[in-house]
Amino acid sequence: MVRLEKRPSPSAFWLWATPVLAVILTMIAGGIMFAILGKNPFEAIRTIFWDPLFNEQFASYSRPQLLVKAGPLILIAVGLSLGFRAGIWNIGAEGQYIMGAIFGAAVGLALYPIETRWVFPMMVAAGIFGGWLWAMIPAILKTRFNTNEILVSLLLVYVAQNILASMSIGLLRNPEGGGFPGSRNLSQIPAMANPELIPGTGLHWGVILAFVVVIAAYILLQRHILGYHIKLAGQAPKAARFAGVSPNRLVLLCMGLSGALAGMAGLFEVTGPSGQISIDFNVGYGFTAIIVAFLGRLNPIGILLAGLLMALTYIGGELASFMLGLPAAAIQAFQGMLLFFLLAVDLLTNFRIRFGTIKEAR
Amino acid sequence: MTGSSKELLAVEGVTKAYPGVVANSDVSFSIAEGEVHALLGENGAGKSTLVKMIYGLVKPDSGQMRFRGQPYHPTEPKAARASGVAMVFQHFSLFEALSVAENVALGMENPPPMRELAGRIKSVSEAYGLPLDPGRMVGDLSAGERQRVEIIRCLLQNPKLLIMDEPTSVLTPQEVDILFTTLRKLASEGTAILYISHKLEEIRALCNEATILRRGKVVATCTPRDRSAREMAELMVGATLTPPARAALPRGDTALEVTGLSVNSPIPFGMSLKDVNFRVARGEVLGIAGVAGNGQDELLLALSGELRTDPGAVKIDGKPMGATGPNARRAAGLVAAPEERLGHAAAPDMSLVENALLSGVVRKALVKNGFIDWAATGRFAAEIVKDFDVRTPGTHVAARALSGGNLQKFVVGRELSQSPAVIVINQPTWGVDAAAAASIRQAILDRAAEGAAVVVISQDLDELLEIADNFAALNTGRLTKPRPVEGLTIDEIGLMMGGAHGMEVAHVGH
Repeated sequence: MVRLEKRPSPSAFWLWATPVLAVILTMIAGGIMFAILGKNPFEAIRTIFWDPLFNEQFASYSRPQLLVKAGPLILIAVGLSLGFRAGIWNIGAEGQYIMGAIFGAAVGLALYPIETRWVFPMMVAAGIFGGWLWAMIPAILKTRFNTNEILVSLLLVYVAQNILASMSIGLLRNPEGGGFPGSRNLSQIPAMANPELIPGTGLHWGVILAFVVVIAAYILLQRHILGYHIKLAGQAPKAARFAGVSPNRLVLLCMGLSGALAGMAGLFEVTGPSGQISIDFNVGYGFTAIIVAFLGRLNPIGILLAGLLMALTYIGGELASFMLGLPAAAIQAFQGMLLFFLLAVDLLTNFRIRFGTIKEAR
Repeated sequence: MTGSSKELLAVEGVTKAYPGVVANSDVSFSIAEGEVHALLGENGAGKSTLVKMIYGLVKPDSGQMRFRGQPYHPTEPKAARASGVAMVFQHFSLFEALSVAENVALGMENPPPMRELAGRIKSVSEAYGLPLDPGRMVGDLSAGERQRVEIIRCLLQNPKLLIMDEPTSVLTPQEVDILFTTLRKLASEGTAILYISHKLEEIRALCNEATILRRGKVVATCTPRDRSAREMAELMVGATLTPPARAALPRGDTALEVTGLSVNSPIPFGMSLKDVNFRVARGEVLGIAGVAGNGQDELLLALSGELRTDPGAVKIDGKPMGATGPNARRAAGLVAAPEERLGHAAAPDMSLVENALLSGVVRKALVKNGFIDWAATGRFAAEIVKDFDVRTPGTHVAARALSGGNLQKFVVGRELSQSPAVIVINQPTWGVDAAAAASIRQAILDRAAEGAAVVVISQDLDELLEIADNFAALNTGRLTKPRPVEGLTIDEIGLMMGGAHGMEVAHVGH
């Protein structure tokens, strides 16, 4: 007989071992899925996890992509994790990411063709503001009218997507683009570009900011009273009120912070790797960041590693579908498995599995 | 013992172990028909586990039970009810938005038509002196009346054995009298009653036999009438008890003044406070009694700062603080310990060090420029553990890993260690063993002697009479005028708590 027994305190070992176990289980289950699809499972797993980094043929292209993809994921996920820890569920980072890109790009394009070095910082500020503003809508509705922030923030994603489409064929369309949708290419304008800082690494300002944010969030959670209040509010809301935490202030703060970081990620994306506001500018970073946040156990360092891992499965997945003809849906299922197994083995942190009959009581 | 001494239930060598704790070890006792049998023991002595086994909620690891001479091993409460065992739980399972009859019907396997059921409820309730209108909404009933619903629900099954788990903890002294009349009548008709309590005077008044449990084992059986309450208490605790020492103290200035405090309850089906007035001087202990759910939680929230009111409604050292939050009040010298230890006073999954920070941050200056001084917090937690004898492997363990009594000592200790000017405590010794309760009460009295103004909210009258200088009672959100404890009779206290809460005193048919 197999039973679950609650641990008196959460296990420190399993807290860190469960993500590793989840990755291993994902590889096994994913391998079985690939085998059923008629592909060699070992080749498929190798193509996803190994080739992007070490294959001589592809690595020169795909290795820089790792940081390019991981940067925004980490930036957004760290912001989300603070709210998630406090029990505040911002599901709409995708929308805040889009709005950050639109606000930032709009400021830059409004100043075009002014070429001073103040343009880029102003665009960053506008991007942060755009993401923050978009997150304030669910936050204020929640604190004022007690609406559900999950629903409101999620639905605002679709609003943001439509604004994005409207912007790329309307207000922000490149006047010299021959009528094609999409803005000017910001990465081609020196004052607005977010270039690769070290050639061949994929490192841009957004990646640097992501590392800074990871460190700042780590310090916030470990040493600062605000981080303590965030954790307390998530674990025991009544105790948090007893400790003098105002739930409404915390909602505004966490939503605002995650929105600002998502907006910042959007701005760095639109000025760098993506280059322009276009209808298909967003690639789902805002949603994937939710997975990254949980995969990293809502811990900044964990999120750093999870963001890199997630970026790897993206790049490797693309490579696998390109090289082995794996359908895109199979890659998405593979990524979904990762979250599923993570949540499933998560219970090992708080429970231990016991085999045998009930006898061990002393 | 009543006329027939025919054995009804026999429990022989029953043992039940949970991981890490033996709840019952080789427990044996028997109940005769028509006997009122007390099960006596401190919190955690194994009373609840034992009756849960009799009621089929828990399966014993080993041992035998016999009911009316037949082997009895109920696997679920349904089987126990079919054999003639009924139970009234300490916490009611009633739907507030349904009528009395509807609530009774929900607990039956084959409820009769509503009209017939209402008639039966009326006849049973009148026969046993528990008047109850089947058509009334449960949400409108007092705690005592709700208990009647539960009792009648059981009586409709014509039980041979009625188990009552701490039935008087929600009753005023007057309501207790009504209940006892009913129980005596039931017993005279041959129904056996298993009565669980730790209130010794009640047991002496009601019960024929008592089985005393300590740490899961039967330590004594006795006839309660032949023993003094003190003797039974010492059997229960296994130690000689010394009442807390206190000196008559000179009163200082008023430290806490509450004027016209009215506030809506943030709790669903909670009790709003209506025009509460009192003042507590330095060195004084004010005891606030009341049946559960009469505004105790709300009063604590309004005093701690979790509920905001008019600035002038709560004054600390003469300064209006009613509109400020908990940390501003802590800075002004007020500390509070809520009733709910896990989840309110402490975060279950956080370590004791982190929990020490929870309310100690202001007065212990544990934060500098927003950054936490973990070293100082760790020292503070270690100091609480040492001073208040908290049994724990260390300060790194999660709060939920501590036993209820030890966590209570930690929570109370954390507040009392902050050299407070005003102390507000709700249920300071709830669920705590007698030795720990005595040390907590002593610590409270020591702080009062050092010049703190203390408000103790408790449902344990004995506790309040032991430590309080002045006594007041909460009744439907209103506070009675505080009176000196000296010279108060139990009858007067009962009336302050709301008498029989508007319930009619029973006319028991003979």
